[in-house]
Amino acid sequence: MSILVFAESSEGKFKKVALEVTSYGKKLAEQMQTNLVVVTAFVEDTTPLAKYGAGKILIGNSDGLKTSDAMVYADFLVAAANQENADVVIIDSSVNGVFVAPLVAAKLQAGYASNVVALPNSLSPFVVKRKAFSNKAFNNTEIKTATKVIGLAKNSFGLFENPTESSVETFSPDLPDGRVNRTSVETASGIVTIADADIIVSAGRGLKSGDNWGMVEDLVEVLGAAIACSKPVSDLGWRSHTEHVGQTGKQASSNLYIAIGISGAIQHLAGVNSSKVKVVINTDAEAPFFKSAEYGMIGDAFEIVPKLVDKLRTFKAENG
Amino acid sequence: MKVLVCISNVPDTTSKINFTENDTKFDTNGVQFVINPHDEYTLTRAMWFKEKQGASITVVTIGNQSSEATLRKALAIGADDAIRVNAEATDGYFVAQQLAEVVKNGGYELVLAGRESIDYNGGMVPGMLASILDYNFVNAVIGIEVIDSKVVVSREIDGGKEIMESSLPMVLGAQKGIVQETELRIPNMRGIMMARKKPLTVVEPVEAEEMTVAQNFEKPEAKSACKIVESVDELIDLLHNEAKVI
Repeated sequence: MSILVFAESSEGKFKKVALEVTSYGKKLAEQMQTNLVVVTAFVEDTTPLAKYGAGKILIGNSDGLKTSDAMVYADFLVAAANQENADVVIIDSSVNGVFVAPLVAAKLQAGYASNVVALPNSLSPFVVKRKAFSNKAFNNTEIKTATKVIGLAKNSFGLFENPTESSVETFSPDLPDGRVNRTSVETASGIVTIADADIIVSAGRGLKSGDNWGMVEDLVEVLGAAIACSKPVSDLGWRSHTEHVGQTGKQASSNLYIAIGISGAIQHLAGVNSSKVKVVINTDAEAPFFKSAEYGMIGDAFEIVPKLVDKLRTFKAENG
Repeated sequence: MKVLVCISNVPDTTSKINFTENDTKFDTNGVQFVINPHDEYTLTRAMWFKEKQGASITVVTIGNQSSEATLRKALAIGADDAIRVNAEATDGYFVAQQLAEVVKNGGYELVLAGRESIDYNGGMVPGMLASILDYNFVNAVIGIEVIDSKVVVSREIDGGKEIMESSLPMVLGAQKGIVQETELRIPNMRGIMMARKKPLTVVEPVEAEEMTVAQNFEKPEAKSACKIVESVDELIDLLHNEAKVI
């Protein structure tokens, strides 16, 4: 018996979501009175995993893992689950996490619950709470199979330190050749992504034109935030659709979400409701977004935002 | 090339979400059902395979009779024929097993589906289907080209995209971005008339295990009223000292 967590890394470092799934795995292992095993690939320094409670760490280093084929990663995780006799496999909800998790579930013949936001409500039957209807509701789902796969929603559980003495082993199962090959990658360097951001600054049609985004970029820079936009803005071509946050775009699950000139259509709110604190800046006091926000300022964004940038620069200089 | 496009029948994006029967069932009262938006983008891209590469396009859904209206709309957009598996779509693995049967019986080489439905947001069916069929698989797809049996796809990743190469047979989970918003097609009268004559086959589900069961639903807790602030100084102070997010 064990709990198996997949800790995703990027360029030799663990992502924040990897520490969140480890935190969750540790608490679940306590709840189920079993051991936590964390599996990862190509990382030398595993101290962060031990800090969040990993008792046993498996480091994959098979050549086969250099592939971009999620099927091969699924085989790798299935091999780890079988070796460790895992009852529950926990995977994050990053773009790679949601790519590989259903494959692992199908290969293990395990029931899979995605977008899970909390520890199980009960262990027998095994019931977890999940986000559903684009953040407009939750669904309690029973997983009926002996082996279970949980996809943990981003920034829903939090990080809990739990320093643990851990054993580290290399793990090199035989893997098939990948049948999907990456030929090129295009990423903007030096920007904070919506997926990783603690703070997201988003703007909408209230900016009136694609040429007025300088002040938004200034605010993004001073806060170390990710930039985002509403659907009309990406449909109008003012910003790239990769910045669109909403029901059919990216999900914002940051600690702080600042919405500038976005009225708050139900489809937009569906994409941002899992952000912890929402700030709305809008000229229209009747904008529906105010009903979903924690803080609001009624007024002209073209006056408020530059002032906010100036004051935040001073604040940052004083508070580090 | 035989292309299968998997369609979910979902509440319109503006729907009010309520539940009945002790919060165990979604309240369909007054709710308009539509093609899942990610599936609609995907179907639109599939039409180019039909028009430019002579592919045949079949649409499939798992659902009861009421989901046929959504299949007819897909036919009006231009799909050649439709299949409805007569079962309730609840568990993702159950749905994937039904689709796998349809794919095997129809010999589809390219299977397209939206990355997730906007009701349950499970995001599990495309991957499970690929796994059951042992087809090649890419998720979060925002571009597809098929040249003979070679498939080149763009996949959205954090902060950008990557280009992947693979080969048929293949399952792709696609999303917004695969076509532009302006390229979505509104069925015209001729399309709607023609759709009535196109074949819509109803098949009974195969025996398959449900691995998960949705027990009940909860609405998020009502949130406290928005605090309206008058100055940016006050806002910064609240974000720092009260919300502790900066």
